[in-house]
Amino acid sequence: MAHEDDPHGLDRASYQPSSGTAVAVTDPVRNPELPPHRERMTDKDPAAMKRAVRTIYTLFYISVAGSLWAVAAYMIFPIESGEIPAIRDNNLFIGLGIALALLAIGVAAIHWSKAVMSDKEHTEARHPTRGTDATRAGAVAVFEAANEESGFGRRTVIRGGLFAALIASILPAITLFRGLAPENTPERPNAGNPVYLLSHTMWKPGMRLAKDPEGTPIKASEVTLGSAVHVIPEPLAELSHEEGYLEEKAKAIVLLVRMLPEQITETPERATWSYDGIVAYSKVCTHVGCPVALYEQQTHHLLCPCHQSQFDVSDGAKVIFGPAARPLPQLPIEVDDEGYLVAQSDFTEPVGPSFWERH
Amino acid sequence: MSTATATDETAVGTTREKPLGGRFVGATANYLDERTSLSGLVKELGRKIFPDHWSFMLGEIALWSFVVVLLSGTFLTFFFQASMVPTHYTGAYIPMRGVEMSAALDSTLRISFDIRGGLLVRQIHHWAALVFIAGIGVHMLRVFFTGAFRKPRELNWLIGFVLFVLAMGEGFTGYSLPDDLLSGNGLRIIDGMIKGIPLIGTWTSFLLFGGEFPGMQIVGRLYTLHILLLPAILVALLAAHLILMIINKHTQFAGPGRSNDNVVGYPMLPVYASKMGGFFFIVFGVIVLIASLFTINPVWNYGPYDPSPVSAGTQPDWYIGFADGALRLVPPHLETVFWDHTWSWNIILPITVLVLFIALVAFYPFIEAWITGDKREHHIAQRPRNAPTRTAIGAAGVTFYAVLWAAASSDIIATHFWVTMEGVIHTLQALLFVGPVIAYFVTKRIAIALQKKDREIALHGYESGRIVRLPGGEYIEVHQPVDEYERWKLVDFEIYEPLVVRPNSGGQIPWHQNFRASLSRWFFEDRLAPVTQAEVDEALSHQHHELDHIAEQEDAEIQAMHERAGVPDAPHHPITDGKQSETAVRPTNVIVTDEVVENTAADKGTSNTDVDPDDDVHPSGDTK
Repeated sequence: MAHEDDPHGLDRASYQPSSGTAVAVTDPVRNPELPPHRERMTDKDPAAMKRAVRTIYTLFYISVAGSLWAVAAYMIFPIESGEIPAIRDNNLFIGLGIALALLAIGVAAIHWSKAVMSDKEHTEARHPTRGTDATRAGAVAVFEAANEESGFGRRTVIRGGLFAALIASILPAITLFRGLAPENTPERPNAGNPVYLLSHTMWKPGMRLAKDPEGTPIKASEVTLGSAVHVIPEPLAELSHEEGYLEEKAKAIVLLVRMLPEQITETPERATWSYDGIVAYSKVCTHVGCPVALYEQQTHHLLCPCHQSQFDVSDGAKVIFGPAARPLPQLPIEVDDEGYLVAQSDFTEPVGPSFWERH
Repeated sequence: MSTATATDETAVGTTREKPLGGRFVGATANYLDERTSLSGLVKELGRKIFPDHWSFMLGEIALWSFVVVLLSGTFLTFFFQASMVPTHYTGAYIPMRGVEMSAALDSTLRISFDIRGGLLVRQIHHWAALVFIAGIGVHMLRVFFTGAFRKPRELNWLIGFVLFVLAMGEGFTGYSLPDDLLSGNGLRIIDGMIKGIPLIGTWTSFLLFGGEFPGMQIVGRLYTLHILLLPAILVALLAAHLILMIINKHTQFAGPGRSNDNVVGYPMLPVYASKMGGFFFIVFGVIVLIASLFTINPVWNYGPYDPSPVSAGTQPDWYIGFADGALRLVPPHLETVFWDHTWSWNIILPITVLVLFIALVAFYPFIEAWITGDKREHHIAQRPRNAPTRTAIGAAGVTFYAVLWAAASSDIIATHFWVTMEGVIHTLQALLFVGPVIAYFVTKRIAIALQKKDREIALHGYESGRIVRLPGGEYIEVHQPVDEYERWKLVDFEIYEPLVVRPNSGGQIPWHQNFRASLSRWFFEDRLAPVTQAEVDEALSHQHHELDHIAEQEDAEIQAMHERAGVPDAPHHPITDGKQSETAVRPTNVIVTDEVVENTAADKGTSNTDVDPDDDVHPSGDTK
């Protein structure tokens, strides 16, 4: 920081600030000096100073009181009953004590600096950020010496080898991260195959449709006209979290809707997928996977609460509004001998958000 | 302290009777300095000058709320179990007892209901995180609109930008940790977005979640990011940010005595140590106050994550809103199958737009420097009006962000204002394109108009509110000159010209130089030339002349009135009785002296009556 001779470094040869488009103002307005220092009340009036000092130390002691209060509140307001009012009081009174303690310190310190400490403004010179020419020449000399002594610039083969080795050394680290997701195992032959997993759910032919989350199977006769039922595969309710309950549920959830058969527009190949006006669609939004759970009975529209995609259940769950691109996949259903609704098969296409390998 | 070390350094070996702060402090300082050279640092930085302005406090809000986040977060780590191992809740909160949930949510509920003050610390942590990101946001806006990112601070802008992104990452990873219904839904959305990325999407999601969504891994992995990796980078960059601020010295606003070559303000010790330290406690105190009064993220109402249920009207934390809004504004059916692969344009498009937008924010300093060709160091924070194009660009950017943000609440807007969801989305889709354009032009015009107003005030003074009638019957409002300190704040002293296209050594003008020159013309169009000292001097002398002239005429007229009223010796100004008179200087008011009370009693009572029979154009009631 040798700026003594030329404090702004403006005289040195290399300091040629590229003016760019800046044009010097030919006749700039004169910068007035700092305005005369105005004394505060506390500077002029000893009584005011005394008051300020008193305020400051009082605030510090109020802060002590706030801290002590917070400790006391910790003991006075137990929460072991588990009741909400007890939790609220504990939260509120400890919090108020701590807040008082902190705010009082803050206000006191700032009042101290503004009313009592000198408020005389000081001026400090700035220096150009770049190093002086001598410093920069010194830095260049360092690199030159290092280069000369190591042959870094000259011995290109060594240098190339170094770079190759360094880059290659990253590869094992990247490889190790394959372990973040499982591999295929004999027991779970597709555990490491995301495309397979995304393309299959636990629905199988003949699997009963059951209520979410109880798992009671649903008879076709129980589904009243206009109702919407949240459905899971019957065996799902038996699964524990360790056995993949959430993972299976995230793919298998279905919304069951009954309307008048003549209200449904069906393509010929899907004519057998519904049963007497009952249709079943995947409840996973084809946009980013939220549950499409809001059913509007009058219009037969399904609304996704996350990004407001709307699907027309009466017409193949086609997208009629919002960011989703594809219709909700339909679960082909029929009725078994006992009158329960069952799946004819798994979904015929992957459910949920699109992915790269989807087709 | 500074003097303690300084004096002790000289006093090594000799015995001074009493060092500053007493023998013990002196000895300690000496001990430390002999092992660390700390005295040099204290000498160098202890009296460093910081300029004062309320807007310089915004970055401090971010800094101190980050400290609060660190402190409260450390407390939470002692109790939180970052594991998705299923368990059945048996804690104090009765409605959740027996519910199967992950250890993460279980421990979050225990922090809230089984540990005294635990809920308070959780709420402090969440509120402080929100204040942290908001603090960074307003700090960035301040730096942007005052041009404080210009040379030599471009790199620090970039570091600050990375801090902003890291803070949002911290916010999102932290939000996802409790593994409750809402955070699980948030993760589901992230998972869906990742899967939509071409080529790498499926596997990225598969690796991140350790298999299928939601899996058993994600909370633990996010926890490592949340408490180790991201904070480590954040702290390191924060240190770099502050060190660069010290090296570059803080910018200051233009003011008397302040220039590009100095910094005017208060010293670090004692004033700023006390102010900044005090402000830490105020930020901390306000956050604790909010946390004790207002509930945030009541996970006990949401329950554990389940892919099936969802509630309408859920909102992301505010800082993620703009990304969520971008997803919502995409029109339907944007997906194509091409080369046997699915291209989810409804994901790719918003992600691209968001990345472009924040990249533009990150690299704005370099773009502007390229357009202006300005290579000088700038240490004076510009007033936004003095850089109209930049201010307009900023306003356009803020509008763009605001529209995306509003879109994240499109359903809430629709239900609260009884309008259709489709109407809200279509309006916002249109506003996303139109809004920034309108904001750009309106802001630019306002900025230029404000510049003209400043110029007017600097040259011709402010409107004093004093109406004077000239002998010809014309009414004017007297303008009083501003003092030189005020004027200095109003004048701009930087002037630019657009870049001029010059042929290169081959005699060619490359296309990018033409492009750059046209951008430069656009950037500097409609600029005002700064006021010069000659203009000020001329305006001032003219104004003094004018004011003197008005005063002369006023005197003559009042004297003439006095004479006509038969009281030639009456004073021309109200009698000062120690009180400030609100009444204008008019003969009817000033003639009230003891000797003439009888003569003017009638006028006093009915001041509406015209006392000047010659002046028939005088609408007496108006001058009241």
